[in-house]
Amino acid sequence: MNISWIVLASTVVAALAIALGTVLPALAMGKAIAQALDSLARQPEAERSITRTLFIGLAMIESLAIYTLVIVLIILFRNPLLEYVLK
Amino acid sequence: MGSSPPLLQLGPIGITATVVTTWAVMLLLSLAAWSITRQPRVESPGLFQSAAEGVVLTIRKAIDDVVQDRSAQLLPFVGTLWLFIAVANLAGVVPGVQSPTGDLSATSALALIVFLSVHWFGIRTDGLRGYMRHYLSPSPILLPFHLISELTRTVALAMRLFGNIMSLEMAALLVLLVAGFLVPVPLLMLHIVEALVQAYIFGMLALVYIGGALQVREPHVESQKGDNAS
Repeated sequence: MNISWIVLASTVVAALAIALGTVLPALAMGKAIAQALDSLARQPEAERSITRTLFIGLAMIESLAIYTLVIVLIILFRNPLLEYVLK
Repeated sequence: MGSSPPLLQLGPIGITATVVTTWAVMLLLSLAAWSITRQPRVESPGLFQSAAEGVVLTIRKAIDDVVQDRSAQLLPFVGTLWLFIAVANLAGVVPGVQSPTGDLSATSALALIVFLSVHWFGIRTDGLRGYMRHYLSPSPILLPFHLISELTRTVALAMRLFGNIMSLEMAALLVLLVAGFLVPVPLLMLHIVEALVQAYIFGMLALVYIGGALQVREPHVESQKGDNAS
């Protein structure tokens, strides 16, 4: 009984967390790409430096989504709280 | 998650599949580099020599874009990072082989090398005093934030590569389990693109961190001035 509640809760929480954790970085990435395209249309000769900065910024934003993924995987597969409850 | 059980045990050290794949990639790259540069020819260079020259020139140009006229100093380190991570990421496409970069231990080791080499290049260029002073640069109050950012960016570097590669392999595996044979092929194509992008990002971030330690100015400041004048 106790365990099934924990399994249910962790599944729901994991799904919600990965949903939120991908939607918000996706919005941020969209904003960054839109700005980069805007400045690229205005100054095509600065393409190299804009692309480089864009890639680095996207990597920074993307790592937030990756953090969520790692936490979700920990919740689903290696939940440390589960062992505590089982004891 | 990520790390695999050891294949064989050597005293206290377990040899995992990650170690085997890493050494195989290292052997492959070293052999390729040795055999290509064994007899370089100025006139009528061979196919592989032309390819290798193109790769090295591209890497040097990319480094020059970030830190001007220091590519000779940074080319060996950053170029090796780029080539190794690209080949290690792409190794996951080969059937039966897991990417070594899908293991948190391997990516942590790479991030640790970057962390140490930032200080190494910084101290070699500015001297110990000059390098230490840049931690106090705008004001000494910011010292804790400098230290925290050093730590978190190293952790983020390891986590980013690990999370990307591991999630790609896991996604392909899940699709294979759900849908069946040959269905995850589009995901494997995405794996190739993502492998190259992640290698580029890892090397570029390492380059930017080292460039920050070298205290070189961004090159596009002067070119923008030129654009405004014209």
